[in-house]
Amino acid sequence: MTTYRDLLSRTKAEISEIDARTAQALDGAAWVDVREADEWQEGHLPGAVHVPRGNLESRIENVVPDKTQPVVLYCASAARSAFAAKTLEELGYTDVHSLAGGFTDWKRNGLEIVLPRTLSPEKRTRYSRHLLIPEIGEEGQLRLLDSRVLLIGAGGLGSPASLYLAAAGVGTLGIIDADIVDETNLQRQIAHSLDTLGTPKVESAKRTINALNPDVDVVTYRERLTSENIDRILADGWDLILDGADNFPTRYLVNDASVWHRLPVVHGSIYRFEGQVTVFKPFEGPCYRCLFPEPPPPELAPSCSEGGVLGVLPGIIGSLQTNEAIKLVAGIGDPLVGRLLLFDALSTEFNEVRIERNPECPVCGDHPTITSYIDYVEFCQR
Amino acid sequence: MSVVRVPPVLRAEAGGAREVEASGSTLRELLEDLASRLPALGSHVYGEGEIRSFVNVYVDGEDVRTREGLDTPVRESSTVILLPAMAGGR
Repeated sequence: MTTYRDLLSRTKAEISEIDARTAQALDGAAWVDVREADEWQEGHLPGAVHVPRGNLESRIENVVPDKTQPVVLYCASAARSAFAAKTLEELGYTDVHSLAGGFTDWKRNGLEIVLPRTLSPEKRTRYSRHLLIPEIGEEGQLRLLDSRVLLIGAGGLGSPASLYLAAAGVGTLGIIDADIVDETNLQRQIAHSLDTLGTPKVESAKRTINALNPDVDVVTYRERLTSENIDRILADGWDLILDGADNFPTRYLVNDASVWHRLPVVHGSIYRFEGQVTVFKPFEGPCYRCLFPEPPPPELAPSCSEGGVLGVLPGIIGSLQTNEAIKLVAGIGDPLVGRLLLFDALSTEFNEVRIERNPECPVCGDHPTITSYIDYVEFCQR
Repeated sequence: MSVVRVPPVLRAEAGGAREVEASGSTLRELLEDLASRLPALGSHVYGEGEIRSFVNVYVDGEDVRTREGLDTPVRESSTVILLPAMAGGR
């Protein structure tokens, strides 16, 4: 009959167990903490990722996709990590080690540990579906909770964006909109309702957002964005701008300000059945002026109130914008920088075109000629 | 013939069509062919030997400004996208 002790000693004989000094000398090693969540929360090794042993087989390939990368596993005292090491070898990992003495010895020897910030039990429940995704997890959720996103407009694009950002746990949402909710908005602007007809859109949206997630701090700006107020609003400190404006002067104003303030803009625009989405990340990709140096003449630039829009279209485009915003905030995935996504709702087709920085761009180019706010209304009427 | 995608704001000039056909081995030839078939559409996109400054033209997903402009080669199987900016957000 094999006892636990027999099994442990046999396993330890089959795997590589190394001390802290040897482990620290390993080049480019992934450090994996296989303990339970409550142990992780009481402190862990710097740079380690948390994959409880119970989820090891299912999650490790996401965390360490390269099976030749050195892996250092640790637990409290090198028992669970020994079994985990054996499992990883069975999964084909070729350079796996268990840390001798585990976290207990590491801490006792006075080596550096990290005390993680943690989510309250309520937040852990609310965001559980995010926490289960390895790319987000607790760290990504904490980043979302710390993040500040500024929405231009609480209309078609701003409605779904604000609700999904709030649901995702973005800590602070700024909303700029001077308008009042009217009946024609309700065909698509899902942040508003019959109950809020006649009230300012920023207040209506705030009410809906906080009904969904009271933890979100909603900062309202019931004003039209202009050259005069944009610096004051940006001075409140934002990680990114989600642009759902409905006119060209505001689009160009937001662009110029975002370049000068070095803020990424998640851009979305809609008309009838078609939408466009991209991310303008200053100096890493093109800006709006690189893409569209000039607005079209007014006869080719009808707004949704003039030409109409399919109600669900802003839902789709605003959600795609939110996806980009969440990725940027969480630092995951490949944002739509340098790519313009085109959506056609009638044919249900997505197309993508490549867009590049223009070295001659008057705002973000090598020799900018526009370095302060201009008269954007006049610029768009030329 | 190559496929030319017409943006919503210019569909009236193309008889309501979302896509039209035009031929040419370069973008210049293609736009001239387009202008002869659909003058109203053509004149919004192309005039005085140049692409209008507010319209972006993509040949097979690439902005022709980053390629050879009007000399960008076009194949029979190419898709040409005409794209003016849209501002709508509400």
